[in-house]
Amino acid sequence: MLILDTLLIGLSSGAIYALMALALVLVWRSTRVVNFAQAGQAILSTYIGYEVMNRTHSYWISIPFAIIAGGAIAAFIDAVIMRALAKRSHKGSVAEIAPVIATLGMLGLIRSLTGAIWGNEYLQYTSPVSGKGYLIGGHTIPFSPQNTVIVVGALLVMGVFAVIFKFTNLGLALRAASFQPEISRLAGIRVDRIRTIGWAFAGSAGAVAGALVTPTSYLSPNSLDLLLVSGFVAAVIGGLDSLIGAVLGGLILGVGFAFILQYIGTSVTFSAAFIILIVVLFVRPRGILGSKVGRRDA
Amino acid sequence: MGSRLLSISNLTVKFGGLTALSKVHIDVHPGEVVGLIGPNGAGKTTLFNALTGFAPVAEGTLVLNDKEQAWPKSHQLVDLGISRTLQGVGLFPDLTVLENVMVGGQKYAKGSVLKAALGLDGSNEKYLREKAAVALEKVYASSLGDSRADSLPYPVTKRVAIARALMSDPKLLLLDEPAGGLGSQDIDWMNGLIHNLKTDTSILLVEHHMDVVMNVCDRIYVLNFGELIAEGTPQEVRENPAVIAAYLGAEATQ
Repeated sequence: MLILDTLLIGLSSGAIYALMALALVLVWRSTRVVNFAQAGQAILSTYIGYEVMNRTHSYWISIPFAIIAGGAIAAFIDAVIMRALAKRSHKGSVAEIAPVIATLGMLGLIRSLTGAIWGNEYLQYTSPVSGKGYLIGGHTIPFSPQNTVIVVGALLVMGVFAVIFKFTNLGLALRAASFQPEISRLAGIRVDRIRTIGWAFAGSAGAVAGALVTPTSYLSPNSLDLLLVSGFVAAVIGGLDSLIGAVLGGLILGVGFAFILQYIGTSVTFSAAFIILIVVLFVRPRGILGSKVGRRDA
Repeated sequence: MGSRLLSISNLTVKFGGLTALSKVHIDVHPGEVVGLIGPNGAGKTTLFNALTGFAPVAEGTLVLNDKEQAWPKSHQLVDLGISRTLQGVGLFPDLTVLENVMVGGQKYAKGSVLKAALGLDGSNEKYLREKAAVALEKVYASSLGDSRADSLPYPVTKRVAIARALMSDPKLLLLDEPAGGLGSQDIDWMNGLIHNLKTDTSILLVEHHMDVVMNVCDRIYVLNFGELIAEGTPQEVRENPAVIAAYLGAEATQ
């Protein structure tokens, strides 16, 4: 029973990590940027969700608003900041690292912005669904209705992405533009625009993660920072390039975490992510579903 | 010789202080296969790059279909009826052959983001799939649609890249070294393919293999050190003393 409980808990947190990993992988694939700002973007969209909830008194109504906000924030960052940066920097090591540093800067900026608007205290963004575990045969399992919402919500997002990427032209254009921008341009694809759409999808996925996970704890300008780390580790475990890998990486990390917490203790929570990462990379240096060849050699 | 499909005049391209192309002109008429040859570094690919938005044009006039045009950005080419293959082929390794070819038809992809997100642009998708299958037939690769692109032998990838370029129904197809890296049997093959394509589109090609150029081209332009040194039929070019000198000179220094 304990093993099953632990597995369920791992599944729920793994679903959230998977969403965050998806967000990071989407941006990495399309622009080769590790988007540290993602934690900030998700926080900002969650605050917007929080405001909508305060006005409408509905958690459910607030979620689509958070998702749209998350997409819009990401599209803004890419179209206004990242694109301008790419135009000004040329080849060389600084040009490669500059966008990443810029995302770090954005993270700090968004955090201070949210702190200035909403203050640094812990706010409650609550779901009407209970966070108390289901009672099964007199035994309360650690998996609650809110965990169900999390898993179902995450699965929905993944399903939508799977359909878009596998079965639509937009998905094909997104994949093409991330692999070979020159060819894609010659095929008439507006690569800049497609990249911004990729960022928007990523921002929306991060927003879902923020809106789903925040009711299980609290909302503050840095309450999703740890999620960024977990999402990044999950993305790397999955190979950084692969959307399916991101989902698998998230689940592996979530379940691994749950077992470590259950059987080893809470003192190793933070380091556990890195231990799992190192173990996976030792076994599969390219991550679980990483490409066999570097993109440039392909 | 009737209307001009493509007419470039006075084209100059500079990279910093280096002049890569100087006052070059080129005409392509409907139904023609035109070759662009010259020793390494002559500026052949630079001309393609200038025409396709990859290299900055310092000076020059572009006329398409007898109408003067601004030099296009890369993504505008397909709408102007121009399609291009790259020397490096550039297939997407983790997409199937059919998907690779479908990428070339993005100008026919009209679905909105919202529709795509809801999975509603199915008819458009089906249209592209069917069109891609036809394009693959034209390059004799219809049986390979479901293979992953990274599983193909090199000569086949070149054909698939041409199929992708055909997806936008170009009036002018720019082929960048279609025979490059091919063995003699595959070169014969490519000759035949180019002859067939001629019925659908005019072709401007850059090529090192002289037998290909002489075999498929109606007219040839010869570049050397960024300047046009000769133009004419294969016969005329072959006998042109300046061309012979350029190639012999290039061989002598190699």
